[in-house]
Formats: sequence, structure tokens, C-alpha cells
Amino acid sequence: MIKNGGQDQAWSRLMAAAQDGDRKAYETLLRECVPYIRAVVRDAHRAPDRAEEVVQEVLLTVHRVRHTYDPKRPFRPWLAAIARRRSTDALRRRIRVESRETFDPLAYETFADPEANRETYRPDSAAALRDAVEALPARQREALRLVKLRDMSLAEASAASGVSVAALKVNVHRAIRTLRRKMGGEGDDM
Amino acid sequence: MNDATERLIQSLAQDARPVARLRPPGMRAALWLAAVGVLLALAIGLMADRDVVTARLAGVPLDLEMAGMLLTGILAVTAAFELSLPDRSTAWALLPLPPLALWLGFTGTACWSHWFTDGWAPGSSAACLKFILGVGLPMGGSLIWLLRRAAPLAPVRVAALGGVGAAGIAAFALQFFHPFDVTFLDLVTQVGAALLVVLAATGWERLRLARTGA
Repeated sequence: MIKNGGQDQAWSRLMAAAQDGDRKAYETLLRECVPYIRAVVRDAHRAPDRAEEVVQEVLLTVHRVRHTYDPKRPFRPWLAAIARRRSTDALRRRIRVESRETFDPLAYETFADPEANRETYRPDSAAALRDAVEALPARQREALRLVKLRDMSLAEASAASGVSVAALKVNVHRAIRTLRRKMGGEGDDM
Repeated sequence: MNDATERLIQSLAQDARPVARLRPPGMRAALWLAAVGVLLALAIGLMADRDVVTARLAGVPLDLEMAGMLLTGILAVTAAFELSLPDRSTAWALLPLPPLALWLGFTGTACWSHWFTDGWAPGSSAACLKFILGVGLPMGGSLIWLLRRAAPLAPVRVAALGGVGAAGIAAFALQFFHPFDVTFLDLVTQVGAALLVVLAATGWERLRLARTGA
């Protein structure tokens, strides 16, 4: 209890410094908070990779609403409320997606004859795509990650990242155009 | 630590520009209420028919009904500012319920008695509707604009409370510009118009979320 109280005060001071623009304090705070956020998130999300995505959404939301923290109040309830809210949002999103999609492992198989899969299976393409994504400017990469890889709506991605919906649309569009050019693809959409 | 999480922390820290802390929610609510109060006091002072208002205020039930409207407005606005912050209890949403019950209780009782005397007589229902929407919607709009500065985690709930607040204050102000004996339909229209303000506030937020999330 005393330990938690002391830690809360330390986090509160770090956040107050972060609000004033102290990057070092902010980085320390976020790093120290992650295990706590992870503990809150894992109540609803048991799969570690999924939980980690929600932890990142919580961090983005903390960043966007950091001006709402009042240093005279305890820090932990403020952080926990954000973590619980984002956790519930992610759970709702997952239920919505799962209600539309069916898990079908056979769909990943193609043909019994390995030769028949040559055109569709190119081990080097995944690595090339990964490299191409890594080479994107940070804003485009983040927009692509939220909207396309995490299947967030533009509103949710905007809420999580603090970037406007219009800017997100532009960044996703540019990212896809760059990837198409680099991968030499002609597909309609990703 | 997960690599992606670590990278995210570093990029967020790089982006940590100084931010202006929000004022305490009670103070923000008080400032908005004071600004609205000054505008309404000016409008009432300049435009209301004082003799009619004095005569109408002489009735005790009307006093209590108006107190219910005003308190609903003040408490709902206060609750909306509190709930726009992440760490406030959802119990704040219950704050305007007692005066809301007082307002709707008196209006309901009046409706019942007017139904027997006036039936469907229209009274000045159209004027009531226009007044509450004309005053309530701009007030609600300005309130939601201020509430959004906190980037609320549950924006529709906060907008609903803001709508209740704006509707309560608009209904209160209406009493100073309502120089006729009300009828059943007038009272139903008043409550209906207040409900429309709340629906407009929540609908606006829902539409914004749906449009941007298409």
C-alpha cells in the first residue's frame, strides 16, 4: 500500500513534468507504467500479442489526453480508467469482427501439388513487404498499422493516435501507393 | 519489453511537447454557466414581459418546476464537465436526476390537469418548440465544443449529459417568454423539445463518430 502510494506520487510527478515537455520524464513514466497497463488489459485479453496491441492503444490514448491529468489527483486511477476503457473498446471490436468472420484453417491451404503453389507462395515476398513497410515514413507506417493491420476504424485510429481522420486517410493512401510501387503489385486494395 | 511497444514509447516521448493542463472541471462548468447566465439575464431583462413573469412566478408549483429545470441544467452541465475526464466516476451521471424528476413530475401533473380542461388545444406549442430548439441547440453546441477539449473517452454519454443541461436551461428561460396560459399540448411540446435537444446532442456525436469511422 505504502509502496503503491509512493509509486503513484512518483508517477504523478513524472506526468506533471511530461506535461511541461520533459521528454525524459515522459519516457520513464511510460516505460514504468507498461507492466501496470498490461495487468489491467490482460483481465480482458488473454492472448499476449492481442493484449500487447491494446497496451499500445492505451499508450497512444494516454499521449492524446495527457493534458486532462490533474497533478493534484492520484495518477493510477486516471491511468486505470483509460486502460479499462481502451480494453473494453478492443473487446467490442474483436466481438464485432468475430461475428463477421469464420476461422477456417483449410482456407490457408492451396493445392496438394507444391508446383501449383509456386506463383502464390514466395518466401522472399513477406520479407520484402516487411522491409518496405519499415522503410515508410513514421506517420504513414503508424497509420497503416492502425487502420489496415489492426482493423481499426478511422475514428478509432484517430482517437487512439490523436491524428485527424483526414490525415490518417492521406497517410494510409500514400503508404499503400508506395508499397504497391515497391512491390510491383497492381492490386486494388490491401 | 515488446519491441513495438518500446518503439512506440520512444516515438511518443520524442513527441512530448508541453501541453496546457485543463482547468478543474467545476471551474470550466462555472465559467460556461456564468457566460450563459449573463446572456440569458440580458435577454430576459430586455425582452421578457415583466408583469406577466411576476404574475406567473406567484404560483408555488411553477416556482418548483422552474427550480427543477434550472437545477437540472446546472447539475447536468457540471456532471458533463466532470465525466469528460477519464478518471471520474460514472455516478456523476446521476447528479441531475433528482431535479429532473422534480421538473418532469410537476410537468406531468400539470399535463394531467390541463388534459381535462383544454384537451388538445394547441396554445403556443409551436413557439415553445422554436424557443427551446433555438436556445437549446446553440447552447448545446457550444457546450459540446468545450467538452471535446478533454477528448472524452465516452463522448456520446458526455454529449447526452450536455444536451440535458442545455435543454434544462432553455426550458427554464422559456418560462420568462411564455405569456400565455399553457395547455396540455404546450407542456408535452416543452418536454418533447427538451428531448430533441438531447437527441440532437447525442446524434451529432454518433454521426461524427460514424462519418469519420466509415
